[in-house]
Amino acid sequence: MFRNNYDNDSVTFSPQGRIFQVEYAAEAVKQGSVVVGIASKTHAVLVAIKRNAEELSSYQKKLFPIDEHVGIAIAGLTSDARVLSNFMKQQCLGHRLTYGRNMPVRTLVEMIGSKAQINTQHYGKRPYGVGLLVAGVDDQGPHLFEFQPSGMTEEMVAFAIGARSQMARTYLEKNIDAFRGCSREELIRHGLRALKESLVQDRELTVDNTSVGVVGAVKADDGTTKVEPFRVFDGQEVTAWIESVADDKEGGAGEGEGMEVDS
Amino acid sequence: MDHRPQAWGRPRDDIYGAYDASYLQTSGPKTATQSPVVTGTSVIAIKFKDGIVMAADNLASYGSLARFTDVKRLRTFLDTSVVGFGGDVSDMQFLDRHLKELAIDEAYEHNDDQQQQDDDDSHHKSTPGTALNAANLHKYLQKLMYRRRNDFDPLWNQILVGGLDAARKPFLASVDLRGTAFTSPSLATGFGAALAQPIMRRYAATDEDAARLTREQAVDVVKECMKVLFYRDARSLDRYSIAVVTKDGVELSEDEQLERQSWAFAERIRGYGTQTV
Amino acid sequence: MAAMFSQNPLMNGPNYSFNDSPRTSAPEGAREHRFDPYTDNGGSTLAIAGADFTIMAGDTRLTSGYSINSRHHPKLFKIGGTTADQKDATIVLSVVGFAADGEALKERLDAICKMYRYRHGKPMSVKACAQRLSTILYQKRFFPYYAYAILGGLDEEGKGAVYSYDPVGSYEREQCRAGGAAASLIMPFLDNQVNFKNQYIPNSGEGHALQERERRPLSRNEVEVLVKDAFDGAVERHIEVGDGLQMMVITKDGIEEILMPLKRD
Repeated sequence: MFRNNYDNDSVTFSPQGRIFQVEYAAEAVKQGSVVVGIASKTHAVLVAIKRNAEELSSYQKKLFPIDEHVGIAIAGLTSDARVLSNFMKQQCLGHRLTYGRNMPVRTLVEMIGSKAQINTQHYGKRPYGVGLLVAGVDDQGPHLFEFQPSGMTEEMVAFAIGARSQMARTYLEKNIDAFRGCSREELIRHGLRALKESLVQDRELTVDNTSVGVVGAVKADDGTTKVEPFRVFDGQEVTAWIESVADDKEGGAGEGEGMEVDS
Repeated sequence: MDHRPQAWGRPRDDIYGAYDASYLQTSGPKTATQSPVVTGTSVIAIKFKDGIVMAADNLASYGSLARFTDVKRLRTFLDTSVVGFGGDVSDMQFLDRHLKELAIDEAYEHNDDQQQQDDDDSHHKSTPGTALNAANLHKYLQKLMYRRRNDFDPLWNQILVGGLDAARKPFLASVDLRGTAFTSPSLATGFGAALAQPIMRRYAATDEDAARLTREQAVDVVKECMKVLFYRDARSLDRYSIAVVTKDGVELSEDEQLERQSWAFAERIRGYGTQTV
Repeated sequence: MAAMFSQNPLMNGPNYSFNDSPRTSAPEGAREHRFDPYTDNGGSTLAIAGADFTIMAGDTRLTSGYSINSRHHPKLFKIGGTTADQKDATIVLSVVGFAADGEALKERLDAICKMYRYRHGKPMSVKACAQRLSTILYQKRFFPYYAYAILGGLDEEGKGAVYSYDPVGSYEREQCRAGGAAASLIMPFLDNQVNFKNQYIPNSGEGHALQERERRPLSRNEVEVLVKDAFDGAVERHIEVGDGLQMMVITKDGIEEILMPLKRD
């Protein structure tokens, strides 16, 4: 009856040393639409494809602001993501209340890592069915982290998760050396190009299905760095960016042309 | 000897009267620190253009008894901030243990600061690690003290925190046993609020004034104030600790001696003793 | 136990005390204390609502007893912005009384407004914020925040709104309100100058026939001058008020903050 004797719960190893429930949770991440994140020296961006269940329905949100210096992109079960998002929001608020500073991004990510790990080691619990890309800035500059249902967290230069994300990752790997020195606008365009790689044939980036999230550490005139708060751009706000990557072939063609910029 | 083990160690009724064990309450109301016991007196501090200077004497008093004469009341935090304690010494030691733990956790969590900064060119040069700065530490202590007052179990201290804030500017602030927190270009606890603060305010009435003070001037003012406090505060000592915090770290000297004392003024004091004129 | 041994006829020796029963019993969690958790940190606040603006003001002195702890300790706080620097805030809270409670109150309200914005995707209205502040205060009815709060902003129609509170949460929307140490000095002045109380048209009649002076809304400039005058007066007569005047002007374009010196004696 069962395809597999070792996947009834998340506390039993298979003889091969695998925990199938956790692997199935990782599959749930691959069902979600693709999200891409890139970090440069000054900014971290998240870009995402939003899906609508049917023509008449609205588009599922993919990017969530957590605190002024952190935002997440999700792939997988949105409801599970909301639990994590609320948790992260609470932690950031609490940290700001007790210490009066932005929560260090690594600390925050490690907290959801530990939280998710608990679900993989207790009988009757279910791992989160969602993967996250966490973009944030702290005193050390911008960061991008990947989070998986297993509780694994890893700092990344650039990454993509979700359906067909391998194509996006291939694009990112090809351009990895460029990201660090990228400007805010270049970084967003790289993100959108990576996103395009993962699109199904004859699908396009549109103002309806594209979300862009940006957070930055901007250098002020007096030498101190100021946080550019995490902000999500949707709808008409992303038109200019989509147009700027509309027809170019991959690899930076068409950069530097004058375009209208939201600052 | 009484061979009933139950009676061993018990006070004899015929000598002491019936033993009143009522203080061994098990279901009475819980009591917390009701008043400080062994106490430290003033802590004083002043800002200058690239940091702060803080000082406190090395005395811990038991009421009017000069009980411990070598107690260090200035503590460093992560080598970037200094914390000065007035009030109960046992509560100070509790806080000191607590802050040490916090510092270790903080240093452990951010132990990758160094290597991250090495491979960087311009962006992070001006910013320190993510570790708690003096402003963060002060906020934390304020929450801690306020929490304890809400529980009716206060830590009986007034605390000064000095160092640099997130913008690398001099930071100086105070928090007391009720969680009241405030900042000022110069601060003093206890007797110092009445005796040292007016002197320090002559030199640093505003932040702009403080930003013009040199390190040497600030140290001189603080030393002068410590002398005035020793002249007039009966619970003070002429051995003291002094700390200077700048962006280069904390320089803490814990065994200073008051110099060039002059008690000539004592001759002119009238109205306290047996003098007839 | 005591009976077993002390009345032992065979031993007939001295009696020992075995009485260690507790003296009294108290309710679970009760605490005996001699600690006074409150102090009064002085200072005064003031708020006036205009036709399309609200002005909030407070002095910046922080005292305890006869000591001035700080000459620059703000009593006015922007509430409910997206970020920690409160750049896009639209509501101002002023607190006076016990400073630590005031700050705790402000941080509670701010955290609640931020969660509201996160959940609903829009800022809280002053009306909703005012109601919420009342419940926050009442939640601590039996260990109150010792703080006199005033909340200011613009209502749904864009008119100036001022809500004033007592420490346990009674509140009311008003045209103007003074709070804190010099409230009793400033409030009568405001009654006269903002609401034109006891102002009559000369020679318009005798006794009840006397006609009141017509009321009119004050302009922003008039109110700013009024606030400065009110505080200059309070500084002269009250030792806990002085050092600096912090003013926040709330208009549809945002919040403008003004700092002015007051006498420091």
